[in-house]
Amino acid sequence: MQRRSFIKATAMTIALATAGFATMTASAADTIKVGVLHSLSGTMAISETVLKDTVLMAIDEINAKGGLLGKKLEPVVVDPASNWPLFAEKARQLISNDKVAVTFGCWTSVSRKSVLPVFEELNSLLFYPVQYEGEELSKNVFYTGAAPNQQAIPAVEYLMSKDGGSAKRFVLLGTDYVYPRTTNKILRSFLHSKGVTDDDIMEEYTPFGHSDYQTIIAKIKKFSSEGKKTAVVSTINGDSNVPYYKELGNQGLKATDVPVVAFSVGEEELRGVDAKPLVGHLAAWNYFMSIKNPTNDAFIKKWSAYAKAHNIPGHKDKPLTNDPMEATYIGVNMWAQAVTKAKSTDTDKVIAAMAGQTFKAPGGFTSTMDAKNHHLHKPVFIGEIKADGQFKVVWKTPGPIKAQPWSPYIPEDKGKKDEPEKK
Amino acid sequence: MTSSRTSSRSRLASQIIHSALFLLILCAAPLALAKPSPALILKLAAGDNDAKVEALNAIAGSADPEALPLLQALGNDALKVVDGKQVLIVDGDKVTDAVTGATLPALPENAEDVVTNNRVTLALQDAFAALDLTSPDRKTRFEAVKKLQDAPDEAIVPLLDKAQKIEKDPQILDMLRMTQAAAQLHNKDKAVRMAAIETLGTSDDAAMKQLLAGLLDKDGDKFKEPDESVRLAAQNGINAISSRLRRGEWLGSIFTGISLGSILLLAALGLAITYGLMGVINMAHGELIMIGAYATYVTQNVIHAHFPGLIEFYPLFALPVAFLTSGLIGVLMERLVIKHLYGRPLETLLATWGISLILIQTVRTFFGAQNVLVENPQWLSGGIQVMSNLILPWNRLAIILFAALVVIGMTLILTKTRLGLFVRAVTQNRQMASCVGVATPRIDTVAFGLGAGIAGLAGCALSQVTNVGPDLGQGYIVDSFMVVVLGGVGQLSGTIYAALGLGILNKFLEGWAGAVLAKIAVLVFIIVFIQKRPQGLFAIKGRFVDA
Repeated sequence: MQRRSFIKATAMTIALATAGFATMTASAADTIKVGVLHSLSGTMAISETVLKDTVLMAIDEINAKGGLLGKKLEPVVVDPASNWPLFAEKARQLISNDKVAVTFGCWTSVSRKSVLPVFEELNSLLFYPVQYEGEELSKNVFYTGAAPNQQAIPAVEYLMSKDGGSAKRFVLLGTDYVYPRTTNKILRSFLHSKGVTDDDIMEEYTPFGHSDYQTIIAKIKKFSSEGKKTAVVSTINGDSNVPYYKELGNQGLKATDVPVVAFSVGEEELRGVDAKPLVGHLAAWNYFMSIKNPTNDAFIKKWSAYAKAHNIPGHKDKPLTNDPMEATYIGVNMWAQAVTKAKSTDTDKVIAAMAGQTFKAPGGFTSTMDAKNHHLHKPVFIGEIKADGQFKVVWKTPGPIKAQPWSPYIPEDKGKKDEPEKK
Repeated sequence: MTSSRTSSRSRLASQIIHSALFLLILCAAPLALAKPSPALILKLAAGDNDAKVEALNAIAGSADPEALPLLQALGNDALKVVDGKQVLIVDGDKVTDAVTGATLPALPENAEDVVTNNRVTLALQDAFAALDLTSPDRKTRFEAVKKLQDAPDEAIVPLLDKAQKIEKDPQILDMLRMTQAAAQLHNKDKAVRMAAIETLGTSDDAAMKQLLAGLLDKDGDKFKEPDESVRLAAQNGINAISSRLRRGEWLGSIFTGISLGSILLLAALGLAITYGLMGVINMAHGELIMIGAYATYVTQNVIHAHFPGLIEFYPLFALPVAFLTSGLIGVLMERLVIKHLYGRPLETLLATWGISLILIQTVRTFFGAQNVLVENPQWLSGGIQVMSNLILPWNRLAIILFAALVVIGMTLILTKTRLGLFVRAVTQNRQMASCVGVATPRIDTVAFGLGAGIAGLAGCALSQVTNVGPDLGQGYIVDSFMVVVLGGVGQLSGTIYAALGLGILNKFLEGWAGAVLAKIAVLVFIIVFIQKRPQGLFAIKGRFVDA
């Protein structure tokens, strides 16, 4: 019962914090404040809301074990509402007013780019849990999601392999912002190196929140009928994925004809979609809920219990875990380990202590924080969608892979150092 | 399953089966087999994907009905393999050895799933289809050939031969011929290849075009197809199919345009009354649509909880609910706020914008900021295949039909009823209408409520194709105003033409320039158009027009 009342207290704190009373809650001295910066409304809420809850769960867990450095962790949750400039504003508020020691947040790269100057200027820490396009290395950010060589490149290699259907033509389909544009630039250059010409690549972008995918699907059908085996690489982000996959199912585009591999679609995004017509379409991640191992079983059990106890909409009846949740969970725990090691929450000391941290991840491998480049060494999995919205792993790397934030497929990246510039 | 019977016969028989299988895999000899051999089963379960596909093609070629349980187990992920030696079929709690047929007490700890990826699944589907080829049911046979068509393996050619001999249905016979041609595209004999290409050239299926294009592939510097004349024939075949496909593509573009147009029309119709006829700049129009969508969501949940038998038809119940909810909110808005602001457009704009923010926040408070899940009933999922490359989705068709019905209903109300007469009278000349005894304030309220209710209907329809969240309406308010202004304020028919025109224009531009540019181009077009013709497409002429 004590635990429950504690959970209640935490929930109260969060509610108060969100309502803007953060400064009035318990005095800062006896807690360590942790910022949570995820969109809880707008087009990205479909993906980000659950990450907020994952951070809160990890914090609960650490607090239940006695907190850090003898202090409890106190989450400060804000809602940047899928509004990119608002991300920067909220980040500044978290660091300057709430004096958080660390922030966990962002999904889209455009939001990360928006908050980056704030974190660098105020020398604070951001843990970014989502796969992204690379081309960035800040001393103030730890990237616990995948770099392109840990997701995009292996996925396309798989599509080109015999098992992936020996695809020869590619549709690069994405939402119109920095992550899809950059990823597709890298992929185009990678495909060139594999002998695929520009005639066999089609690039298409849609605005955020786009909901009418009829023309795009018709275009894909036409493109695929013009020649060799075609595959679609989707970097569509946010709630557009629901109408996109619905249209895909309605138009009868089957995975055995034109497989679609997605980089931002996981168990959570498929929740609202009838997965039966989508069976066989692919996703590449560093974690799937369906992976069988004791660490993952424990992780799913923990999350299910947490979701039930906190009445999290959707998850209380049908708990789902996904890759960014795993990355968030790794991030919070690694940060906690680093703070314990550094015996301080000071940004520079924690950064130094982060190097080489390891954590037994639910993905089934021990993830290691690279000694220098602020990215995790992660395994890569490719899964096919099953009729129940889960993924069946059909390919995986033998072990964790080191991230290459600077892609070898972008010529300007040549000679860039694999560690953040010292300021 | 096998050994008890085979051991009772002679060893020789099983050896013959073995070698026959081997032969079958090698040269696709037409052979009828008693049962999949243990070696084949093992290959299917424990081999790598290449071996699995080979084994499946062999089973497809033999069309052996006794392989069915094995295939079903593979398809349902119920096939397990232990140590790469023992193959087990799991059915609920029952575990059977696929080779011996013996029942095991429990699944061994180290049993691993047999993972099938898309490539294996495709071969599996072909194997299933091969078994269905001789089914007495026409529909089953039709589906089977259709499946086989996509990527047929040469191993099934003898089977197709056999099927063609007994097939009576001309359509299926035609498809069988096509499939056989597709399977023979890489035959060693040039004459067979040429004949196959010629047959495929008469098809109107994009998949066949893709198969032909495969012949033009290069392997390094060398063409995979060595013979120049064969390549030429393939190219001709591709061109012939392309010209046949073009019609479907055009029709597809027009359909998507009409579909988008019907959505714009539904979103704008309510506004055509409140803004077009009454002149109220209603910035909360989008939120009335959103309320309609949420009303649908609530109806769905209520029906799901209390009348699960009716869940398939919940949209029909949701329509009146959405209409009444939004209409009621519209009436309240008019009575409480807008009534006091007639003739002051700027204040109306600000007040209704404020109302829209209040409505969004209210919905957020009650339903949460996240999108809610509105499910498509089964009869609104999928689509109807009109041409080989044209599928019309049911939900889009339903919305087009629905939009047409709403337009007809609204026209009838405005032209055939007393209320419609009053509304038109008040719009044309308020003072005169008042003079002859029309209760103009009541008419205003009812007309506004009607416009709001139609917005609610639009929300109900939109919930079937788009995400339902508190911000739903904001995406449609600009589009709605665009349509009404372009069509000409005060004109219903203008709204219809403008919506369909914009929809088709947008979709054609999208096909040509991409979704982002198309949206910009449409906005630029409207700005230029309104500059040249501020009154819109159709303007009311005459002396009654309000200044």
